[in-house]
Amino acid sequence: MQKVAEIAQKRAIQLLNQGVVNRVIGWKKGEFGYDETPAVFTTAAGIEDFRYDVFSAPNLSKYLIDESKKEGKILAFLKPCDTYSFNQLIKEHRVNRDNVYIIGIECGGMADINTIRNRGAAGVTDVADNGQTVIAHTLYGDVTFDKNEVLLEKCQACKGKKHVIFDELIVVNPQDDEPKNRFAGVEAIENMTPEERFAFWREQLSKCIRCNACRNVCPACSCLQCVFDNPRSGVASKASPDTFEEQLYHIIRAFHVAGRCTDCGECSRVCPQDIPLHLLNRKFIKDMNAFYGEYKAGEDSETRPPLVNFSKDDAEPSVISDKGGDK
Amino acid sequence: MSVEHESFKPTIVAFCCNWCSYAGADLAGSGRMQYPANVKIIKVPCSCRVNPTFVLRAFQRGADGVIMCGCHPGDCHYSTGNYYTRRRMTMLFDFLDFLGIERGRTRVEWVSAAEGARFASVMNDFVKNVTELGPNRKITDLRTKPEHKEGE
Repeated sequence: MQKVAEIAQKRAIQLLNQGVVNRVIGWKKGEFGYDETPAVFTTAAGIEDFRYDVFSAPNLSKYLIDESKKEGKILAFLKPCDTYSFNQLIKEHRVNRDNVYIIGIECGGMADINTIRNRGAAGVTDVADNGQTVIAHTLYGDVTFDKNEVLLEKCQACKGKKHVIFDELIVVNPQDDEPKNRFAGVEAIENMTPEERFAFWREQLSKCIRCNACRNVCPACSCLQCVFDNPRSGVASKASPDTFEEQLYHIIRAFHVAGRCTDCGECSRVCPQDIPLHLLNRKFIKDMNAFYGEYKAGEDSETRPPLVNFSKDDAEPSVISDKGGDK
Repeated sequence: MSVEHESFKPTIVAFCCNWCSYAGADLAGSGRMQYPANVKIIKVPCSCRVNPTFVLRAFQRGADGVIMCGCHPGDCHYSTGNYYTRRRMTMLFDFLDFLGIERGRTRVEWVSAAEGARFASVMNDFVKNVTELGPNRKITDLRTKPEHKEGE
């Protein structure tokens, strides 16, 4: 990872100096050693702050909606899953592809600071990535973790290490490209009784504080005007007074990104209340795969998503009850 | 308590498309076919006009069941509208099931303008199912429920 970051940094400086791009979007060190934040660099000197490590999880694609409309080309570093989001945005005509120079950057999985903390590393000051292991420097000495054990949820269910769109690649150690089973969590809930399912989601969704972080980070949630910002909707920018509003927000949000969600997992990563929002999106992905054929949003920038398409012999809505819904 | 249960009359919201199902409901009426009066029909230009928010709003404001009626696939007045409805509502209703909201509270039926009798039988059947499920308490604003009104 260290090596990848150095190459990326050098290449960014090179492209800036050559005038190919006039700014660079990447990650810089946050307040601590484990909260890398997206940043736009405009000078070669500024790129000194560029960081790429196990905490460079933020998906930069959404920033490109605005950035690609500005003057001049921007260099963007996209991880494999970020390239899916970018492709999807091209499909929806939300980004200007010509204004973006994409470097596909190698990703070995991103770590979750909360998992590291929960596994007994108190007072973390900085974290170093060692390939297979992650070393947390704490106030009380170093703690070493197996990287696979502290991965973010979205990386445990990685959908592959292939970049689907790029102008050039920085891959030093080719990674194992085996996609993992993403639907185990969804299946576990499907196997519950309706009462258990309801209790599970009641418990999860009632934690929601309506901070809208999931919406704001989501590359698929890119409407210029959001239904939840409509002051007359009764659900705009406020804490939810009753259980219905929590359900409404999450059902509508999940439905709206259905077929367009690339399963980048940012919603769950940013949720301050740790609601497993990815399960909602994956339920839709699983259903659409089952009913309308395998479809991976963002794999290319042309095919029509399942919900804006149809075929004459689609399954009838009664299939759900037939396959064993509760009634 | 059992008396209370027997007297439960569910509120059903039926979204009917202007061209087939609404005319089917009309035919049921002019043919004097009986279906429960607690079915409230909302006319929409096409079944694909129904946004998932409409369905959720209906539940919020006190509906115990929501049924969507449209033209038979292939017969849509706008050629393709109900094909989209079919996909969307399959997804939405399965999703509600995933969240633990009984599958019996939601249904999609295709009713043509000539099927007055079918409209009546579909509604009778749906009302019967929802009555068995009892009042909707899972996805609603509980203030719309009578016992809560009395409490305040």
